[in-house]
Amino acid sequence: MSFFDYFRKRPKSATLAKDRLSIIVARERAGSRPGTGADYLPQLQQELLAVIARYEKIDLSNVTVSLDRHGGSEVLELNITLPEGQPPRPGSPRPSFA
Amino acid sequence: MSKVVVITSGKGGVGKTTTSANVATGLAQEGFKTVAIDFDVGLRNLDLVMGCERRVVYDFVNVIRNEAKLQQTLIRDKRVEQLYVLPASQTRDKDALSAEGVGRVIDELKEMGFEYIICDSPAGIEKGAQMAMYFADEAIVVTNPEVSSVRDSDRVLGLLAAKTSRAELGGAPITTHLLLTRYSPMMVKRGEMLSVADVLELLGIPLLGVIPESKAVLQSSNKGAPAILDETTDVAQAYLDVVSRFLGQDRQHRFIEDEKRSFFGRLFG
Repeated sequence: MSFFDYFRKRPKSATLAKDRLSIIVARERAGSRPGTGADYLPQLQQELLAVIARYEKIDLSNVTVSLDRHGGSEVLELNITLPEGQPPRPGSPRPSFA
Repeated sequence: MSKVVVITSGKGGVGKTTTSANVATGLAQEGFKTVAIDFDVGLRNLDLVMGCERRVVYDFVNVIRNEAKLQQTLIRDKRVEQLYVLPASQTRDKDALSAEGVGRVIDELKEMGFEYIICDSPAGIEKGAQMAMYFADEAIVVTNPEVSSVRDSDRVLGLLAAKTSRAELGGAPITTHLLLTRYSPMMVKRGEMLSVADVLELLGIPLLGVIPESKAVLQSSNKGAPAILDETTDVAQAYLDVVSRFLGQDRQHRFIEDEKRSFFGRLFG
């Protein structure tokens, strides 16, 4: 921590607590009511993994799937970290993910 | 007319038993015939907090199994008229509470003229907690201004809306109240604790009251005398307000703002 960090305003821990809670509570409420969408996430994650595994060596911890709410809209976020330093197998297209 | 009220939270150690003891005592002080039932089979503690642990002969499970009569199992409080405790069993049998058995005991308590039946739920969302909430008309959800407690309370609110007699039979939903305990206005002011407004916004149920963090809670459980009996403490005042509000009276919320304390107050506080 540099000397100037001392003067920078850091977020209060209560604000962090509230932000973290509003996300997790919304997610769990959606998950506990079937048909509201979020209940398919674990399966989606498994199936995505199966597809990606055909092209790349990858493990489960490198794929995260999450559903967040921003105002009135829902954002489905996929985050896939491909292993480093391995050239793609010849003949197989390298999938690109935005 | 009798009302079944569950005191619940999901998370342990937030003040369910303390609240059960104080609310039951407060309702009895107001003249209502009240019983507090300990649903924490295997880990009974309501008897200790209410100071009647040496008078336990039979317990809730004995009554369910027809090994004892309800009249001989109920412990009458020596300080407050109209106040009774139904202690939990110390058995390790997890399935000792059945919906049929619990329902029969609650019906019998209603026939005996009990106006308030306070169900002290165990922590968790297992059988004991489910049985404590199953027959409830109203629920007091005890929450600490802390992330794990708020999350668990939200889970419990989901169960109250789905896994209860009223929900299954399509009756009116259980009336839910939020009780925020172990609240420190000073920490809230410094931005180090979730505020009443934060928790209300997250959970979305009406506020029954705020109980300040206080030494009086430990002191009262040391003695086995619910804090509400000694009106000089802030906790007693807070619980007296809670009981009044629960009975439909209008009481302004207290213990939410950081009181300006005098120099000597801070020195000896």
